[in-house]
Formats: sequence, structure tokens, C-alpha cells
Amino acid sequence: MGDAVAPAGHGAGDHEAGGTRRDFLGLTTTAFAALGVGAVVWPFIHSMNPARDVLALASTEVDLSKIEVGQAVTVMWRGKPVFVRRRGAEEITAARATPLSELKDPAPDQGRVQRDEWLVVVGVCTHLGCVPLGQKPTDARGNFGGWFCPCHGSHYDTSGRIRLGPAPTNLAVPEYTFTSPTQIRIG
Amino acid sequence: MAIGLHDSEFKNPVIRWVDQRLPVFTMMQKEYGTFPTPRNFNYFWNFGALAMVNLMIMIATGIFLSMHYTAHTSYAFDSVERIMRDVNFGWLIRYVHMNGASMFFIVVMIHIWRGLYYGSYKAPRELLWILGVIIYLLMMATAFMGYVLPWGQMSFWGATVITNLFSAIPLVGEHIVVWLWGGFSVDNPTLNRFFSLHYLLPFVIVGVVFLHVAALHITGSNNPLGIDPKGPQDTLPFHPYYTAKDSFGLVVYFIVFAFLVFFMPNYLGHADNYIPANPLVTPAHIVPEWYFLPFYAVLRAVPDKLGGVLLMFGAIAVLFILPWLDTSKVRSMRFRPLAKWFLILWGLNFFVLMWAGAMPAEGIYVTISRLATAYYFAYFLVILPVLGRLERPLKLPESIAMPVLRGGGPVLAGAAAKPMEKA
Repeated sequence: MGDAVAPAGHGAGDHEAGGTRRDFLGLTTTAFAALGVGAVVWPFIHSMNPARDVLALASTEVDLSKIEVGQAVTVMWRGKPVFVRRRGAEEITAARATPLSELKDPAPDQGRVQRDEWLVVVGVCTHLGCVPLGQKPTDARGNFGGWFCPCHGSHYDTSGRIRLGPAPTNLAVPEYTFTSPTQIRIG
Repeated sequence: MAIGLHDSEFKNPVIRWVDQRLPVFTMMQKEYGTFPTPRNFNYFWNFGALAMVNLMIMIATGIFLSMHYTAHTSYAFDSVERIMRDVNFGWLIRYVHMNGASMFFIVVMIHIWRGLYYGSYKAPRELLWILGVIIYLLMMATAFMGYVLPWGQMSFWGATVITNLFSAIPLVGEHIVVWLWGGFSVDNPTLNRFFSLHYLLPFVIVGVVFLHVAALHITGSNNPLGIDPKGPQDTLPFHPYYTAKDSFGLVVYFIVFAFLVFFMPNYLGHADNYIPANPLVTPAHIVPEWYFLPFYAVLRAVPDKLGGVLLMFGAIAVLFILPWLDTSKVRSMRFRPLAKWFLILWGLNFFVLMWAGAMPAEGIYVTISRLATAYYFAYFLVILPVLGRLERPLKLPESIAMPVLRGGGPVLAGAAAKPMEKA
């Protein structure tokens, strides 16, 4: 290390190519001061990120055992509704039979479910955020047997895909895992 | 130079443009760059800067704490525990804020001690001193309200005891207390308004600190010798000499602060405040935080309720008139051989009062509190006025620079030979 830097003369006029001892000291002090400021600022900024209790609520577990074929439930996840629908054979077939060219946001049904029976989508219309109808058997389900958003008339099919109306994309599929055949964890 | 623009000396075009329209850079250069500062400052002169840094730390940590705190009796305690456990770095921000309050009082008390010892309250710095006492009062109000916010047992009962003091005022006392409480006891309305005012007062403090520093920059700083600088040979530009010295002082301050925060964060507090407030159970010993203990001792020393309240406020009020109580023409205690010991005794007495304030108000502790209270006031009201006239001060040096810069020879021998400035 000592070889790399030419020994600076003590005191008067060091104008070497590498700079003076003072420059070196100034540079290292500034560097440490910058690190110091970062070290002080980071805890404040990070304290504004979601706290541990918020992150803990970031996952929701859903028990599927009580849901019958053709039935749907709504659960809260991260402050939003999530539709969990147990689809019957006709609904699955209808979803699979749709040609992708008819879809505004083309996506095959197989890519939107992990197990054919269970459709898990975020129940927020991708147009302007209303909660579409279709969870209850008495609700309007739109022209495609899925969901109907009453705010501006978006129709979703049995795979939660947009078929008619102003919504630009399909209902979002959140990250979820089957922790057992009768339970999923969302998020 | 166009009319209305400040004549800026800065070369950098951006800085110059701003400075011409609002001469902040010129001001900073004048007040913190070239400002002539006595060259003989000792480390007691670091504490003003430390207090300012401490204030900024309290405001920063306080603002981030209030992002997570809930000022409602049902949620306050739990919201603080949530900060400690769930909020990222919440424990750190809370402990810095909590111990920062203690650090603030340590720093300010040493700062005041400097003023007392070196006569910084004397002419022409009377208003500077008074502004400082106002800051001290605001700090105490802020700290008191801040301690109530976690809504622990001490929070609640400390608030109850101190707000109840105002009932001592004849005729209107009870009404004032109900008005302060917003109800018939310390409860949710009280907590809410304390949160609001606790957020407000630090910014009032910032305003008064600005006035305090402005006043200081009119008179210039005092110095350990207590004699006025005679010219540039007696002063140094604030930068780089005192920016460097203050930076060093800051490091020591942060070491002390960090030791408190990371190794003994609850030492200066009271364990009872980790018990949620219970209006039906009074703790065995209600004790305020350490920085209030001397005044608490004064309060309890007087057997009469109103008398105790008046004397407690009087302990601060007497500071306001100190510049006129001390009749001595000599500023620094270095040259007042008698008064110096009375002041040092007063300092020790302050710690006696602090200790007594933590003790139960019975037996020998009451006697000690009374003696200590008597001396506290006697120093200001009797000793200083009398000594100013009776004491024969030591001969003051000719100037600040003279004993040091005269060149050659041991300082002591040279100082003795030199003709001295008349007292």
C-alpha cells in the first residue's frame, strides 16, 4: 500500500499528481460523512415502510372445505376483497372453450388457476376499482356467467377475464399456495 | 447593481442569484463563517451548539414517532408498544426521543451553568439570558406533556398531580383545572390536547432559539475571562476554529447519547410507566422525570399548597431577574474568589434538591428539602446582591490575547509582571 502512494513531503507545497494529504483526508472524511448521513437517514425512511404487524396481515388463509361446487366466498386480503369460487364442470368448460382472439386481455384459463376447480381472483374491477357483483347466487353475473360490475358495466367470465365493457384487463390473480387440499394461503 | 438586489460577494452563479434576492448565504457566511468569536472559549461553550443539535434530533424523531402514535386513551399505550415491536426501527426512534429529552436537559443545564459561572447573564446580555430562560420553560412544558403521551401509570398520575396544582389558585383555581383537563379528571380530552401542544411547542422553541442566537450575535459571545474582546487579536473566525471544536464536541455528545440509547435506554425512566394508566390505582411513589426533581423538591418543601406552587414557579422566575440581582461589575467567577464558592455550593445544592425530589416527602427528607430550597433562593436574592458590593474581585487581565500572545517567557511570571486591567 505504501508503495502505491509516493511519500508526500511534510508541509510545503505538495502538488503531486495524486493530490495532497489534505485532499486525501478531505475525501475520506466526506465519504464517511456521507455514509454517516445514510446510516442516520435510513432508519427514519424504513420506519415508514409497512410495520411487522402490517406485514403479518399480508397473508390470509382460506379454508376451502366448506365451499360447495358452484359456491363462492369473499375474503379480505391486504384490505381488498378476494373472490374464491369453486367452479363446476360447465364453468370450467366454458372458460376453456373461449378462443383467445375474443379476449380483450388474452389469457388461457389454465394459466389462471392452479387447480381447475378453484378460481382465486382479486375482486376489484380493473376499470376504476368497484367490487363486481357475482359472488352471491342472487347477484347478476353478466353475460358470461362470471361477474358483472354495476359501476360502468364490465362483464367478466368464469375465469375472471374481461369480456365486455370498459375494464382494460382481467381480474387480477393474486399469489396463493395450496397449503393442503382444503386450504390456501393468499399472499 | 439593480435597485432592490443585495450586493452579493459570491461567485457561483446559482448561489449568487439566490443570495441577491434573499441573502441567506451572506448571512450564513457572516454569522457562522467569519463571525469574530473570542479565542479563549473552553468546552463549556460547546453546549449551545449541542442544544441546537439536540432540538433538531427531538423534532425529527418526534415527527416520525407521531406517524405511528395514536393519541386516544384506549390506544395510546398500545400504539407505543407497537412502535417498539412492529414499526421498523421504531424501538430506536423511540429510545432516541426518550433519552434525547434527558440529553436535552443535561446539555441545557450545563449551558446554564456556564452562564452562571462566567456572568453571561450580565449586561449587555440580559435579554439573551431571559430568552434562554423562556426556552428552558418551554422545554419543561414540552417534556411534561410528552411524558403523558405513552399513557403509562406515571404519565397519568404525573399529569394528575401537576395539573391539580393549579387548583391552588384562589377563586378561579378549580375552574382553571377543569378547563385544562377538558373534563373532570385527566382523561382523553387532556391527552389529545397535550399531543397537539407537544407537537406545537418545539417549533415555538425553534423561534425563540432564533431570537436567542440573534441577540447573541448583537452583543457577541462572552468568554471565560469575562472581559470584552478589544480587537481582532482577541477573536477567531467561527469557521474553521469553532466549527472544528463543535464537531469534536458533537462526537463526545453522540458517544454519551449512544451509550444511553443502546446500553441503558430505560435507566433514566421509571418502570411504572410500562404499566398502562389506571385511574383507580395510584403508584406508591409518584416521581417526575429526573430533570424536574429539584423543582418537585421545592414544591413539596412548603407545607402550604399555594405556597409550594408559587415557590416552585418562583424558582424559575428568580432566574429572569438574575441580571439585576447580581450587582458585581465583574462577570467571570474566575475573578470573584468568594462568589465562586457560593455558586459552586449552589450547584451542589441543586443536586441535593434533585435527590430530595426523588425521596418520599417525610421526615429528614423534608428538612433537607427546606434547607436546600432556602439556599437556592438565598444565593440569588441575598448572596449575589450583597457580594456584588462587598467582595473584592481579583485583578482582571489586560485583554484576552495578552496573557497568551505576548511572546516568550512563562505565562504565569509574565502575567504577574504585566500591568493589569482595572476591575
